[in-house]
Amino acid sequence: MSEKVKFGRSKVFFDTFHRRPGPIKKNMHYCPGCGHGILHKLVAEVIEYHGIQENTTLIAPVGCAVFAYYYFNVGSISVPHGRAPAVGTGAGRANPESYVISYQGDGDLAAIGFNEFLQAANRGEKMTVFFVNNSNYGMTGGQMAPTTLPGQKTTTSPYGRNPETEGYPTPVCEIVNSLTAPVYIERVALTTPGRVAAAKKAVYKGIQNLKERKGFSLIEVVAPCPINLKMSADQVNEFIEKQMLNYFPLGCLRDKTAETPEGKLPPPVIRDEEAVREILFPLRNENAVAADFRNTSGIFDQELRVKIGGFGGQGVLSLGVMLANMARLRNFNVSWMPSYGPEQRGGAACCAVTVSRKAIPSPIIDRGGNLLIAMTQAAFDKYIGELREDGILIYDHTAVKLPQLPATMKTYGIDALDIAGNQLGNSKFANSVLIGALAAVLAENGMNEADQADFSNAFKEAVEEKFGKKPGAVEANINAYAAGLKAMQK
Amino acid sequence: MAYNKRLLLKGNEAAVYGALLAGCDCYFGYPITPASEIAQAAALLFPKLNRTFVQAESEIGAINMVIGCAAAGRRTMTASSGLGISLKQEGMSYLAAYEMPAVIVDVMRGGPGLGNIGPEQSDYFQVVKGGGHGSYRCLVFTPNSVQEMCDMVYEAFPMAEKYRMPAYVLTDGVIGQMMESLELPEPVKYDYDPEWKMGRRVNGEANIISSIYMEYNDLEALNHRLQDKYALIQKTEQRVEEIAVDDADLILVAYGISSRVGQGAVEILRQEGLKVGLIRPKMVFPFPQDSLKRAAEHAKGFLCLEHSAGQMIEDVRLTIECKRPVKLCNRMGGNLLTVADVCDAARNMMKEI
Repeated sequence: MSEKVKFGRSKVFFDTFHRRPGPIKKNMHYCPGCGHGILHKLVAEVIEYHGIQENTTLIAPVGCAVFAYYYFNVGSISVPHGRAPAVGTGAGRANPESYVISYQGDGDLAAIGFNEFLQAANRGEKMTVFFVNNSNYGMTGGQMAPTTLPGQKTTTSPYGRNPETEGYPTPVCEIVNSLTAPVYIERVALTTPGRVAAAKKAVYKGIQNLKERKGFSLIEVVAPCPINLKMSADQVNEFIEKQMLNYFPLGCLRDKTAETPEGKLPPPVIRDEEAVREILFPLRNENAVAADFRNTSGIFDQELRVKIGGFGGQGVLSLGVMLANMARLRNFNVSWMPSYGPEQRGGAACCAVTVSRKAIPSPIIDRGGNLLIAMTQAAFDKYIGELREDGILIYDHTAVKLPQLPATMKTYGIDALDIAGNQLGNSKFANSVLIGALAAVLAENGMNEADQADFSNAFKEAVEEKFGKKPGAVEANINAYAAGLKAMQK
Repeated sequence: MAYNKRLLLKGNEAAVYGALLAGCDCYFGYPITPASEIAQAAALLFPKLNRTFVQAESEIGAINMVIGCAAAGRRTMTASSGLGISLKQEGMSYLAAYEMPAVIVDVMRGGPGLGNIGPEQSDYFQVVKGGGHGSYRCLVFTPNSVQEMCDMVYEAFPMAEKYRMPAYVLTDGVIGQMMESLELPEPVKYDYDPEWKMGRRVNGEANIISSIYMEYNDLEALNHRLQDKYALIQKTEQRVEEIAVDDADLILVAYGISSRVGQGAVEILRQEGLKVGLIRPKMVFPFPQDSLKRAAEHAKGFLCLEHSAGQMIEDVRLTIECKRPVKLCNRMGGNLLTVADVCDAARNMMKEI
């Protein structure tokens, strides 16, 4: 551990503030009597004491401390107003070895950024927040803050803060103390040497928690702003002691540091290419066809447009996904488009599947369909107009009453839900029954023998891909497929 | 091992694969229809690679987490839609000013206001024109398939890093929600460790990231530097697909789902003997000016297909300096253009030009 600084400037500060524009490079930009200078000094000294300067990340707010990076020689970012704890979350998660300090004022933290602050506290981000409460907006010229006292005059409360319309000072520490995650919450002041010494102890603990990755620490610093409050140094100290501290009582509200174990670094990110492949890419099915495999039946040479319509819960969408997957496994280009937007309401479900050897233009089917599977009368009524006159219709025999249709249209009724529910014992197998039925229908409409066998294999592969870890489910679906095939062959 | 890289995925899921294979370490996001599958897939897949998924408290929280992560020198992504993108605009302006890379996926829905969850393309202005304060631009990729959702996210990271600026992947509810077969790319060899990252020590001094320039001349210099960068990108990085453009009398101009509908229309119209082509911007910043200007030399008119009140059409008119008539064929509110709608509009315009 580095030596405690007794005299002179902490090495965490720059020797010369060369980042500060203008001629003044030795002094801070803060007003005379401001509390920021004192707190900066405490924070810098404690960072040095704990020896964490190299890995410290200081999130500078919008407010008077916006230029904190003029002074601290640590990794720093000046962030949008109020967002410091969110930026700190991103920086800390991205680089878990860093020590994230969020340094904020009362407008930044307790008004515009109160949500980001509370949420970071509630997540227990490994972060220490220094919250400077000086009862007004300093940088913009002394406007009312969430911490402004009742009756206190500011440039936007010229008649004094009226609690009836503007509420009461926000008790930040007390609110945070209602959360479970934070490990350490203390409020300090800077009015006397004794108070400053106590503040330094709190800063020490907050930064030690950071170093030991224990979690979220909050140190609220009740600080003087004599210029904007139009007071002398003595007057502002009296204002703090006699008025502010009534609303913001000093002391430690929570200290769980002793019983909180040191935090561990998360496991390293997996970036090795082979490891990434192994985790992200599924293994190739041993029965998969080669990349240049092509089904030989003529019906597959055209773009096939399939519409499936029914009721929510009938498995309409997953039936479409299963067909799409079968086509993908046979090297077709495929698109699956669910009913989307206003159509979705009222329990109706629908999807469109387009299968093609060429690139698929629009995935939306509104005409020229080759196959319609209609599970309800409503779906039939809505989509029959999209089916070509020589298209194929498969419909639920019980639910759909067919009107007069063009003689060229081929229609096949099946009680898939009945077969699944009553013969196979579970209506969720209706999809596989329907695909079995489709196999029979395609066989009758030009799918050759080789492709008939391949259709069953493709179904099996798709089912294995979906239920690979549940052999029972694979078998049950294959049985359902066989039942559908048989029913349609009758 | 023999892997199967040919999958059937939703566009939203494909975006997450593209990010992971491009070496994205951290995802920060807030759920919103029709982009939620991006957050869901990220929540499932990022932890498998010991990478970070955080469900942020808001879109504002998410984009600021992205800022923190990017500043720390890591690849990061977020995603949202319409109103969520509106909330992110503050952070986008900062990312542009910081000159930091990040990838933002926008799966557009219907607006204005809460609108609905149907597909629209009405975020064009706020995404392409720099929806936040200040004179800035973002790279904007416009995928029109699930394959491109993956590929363009994958490609957006290196381009964002090359130019040190945020990159959008701008798509719509249809492309996000639909499933298509796609071939996954290979994982990148990870070597990202930017010179400028926050906290890196150069001659003993820690790097800082800031967007404040108190001296007017300094801020003006930043603005000039940004504009020079954007001009270079406009000149060198245009991405476009041209279909049957060379002899076309009428050019359809469309991106995203509109371009798929347009492609279907071109096939039908060509069968009718009408000389109609399609210019499909694969990026809308930079805008495919060269392609449009070339086409304007022989084409007699342009028809923009948009799911908005007409936003990209302004850039088409500007690009060809209004030398040819430019018309709009559009739907809004979640309604989709059909191939028939586009064919009708194109046939009508062919009669006029």
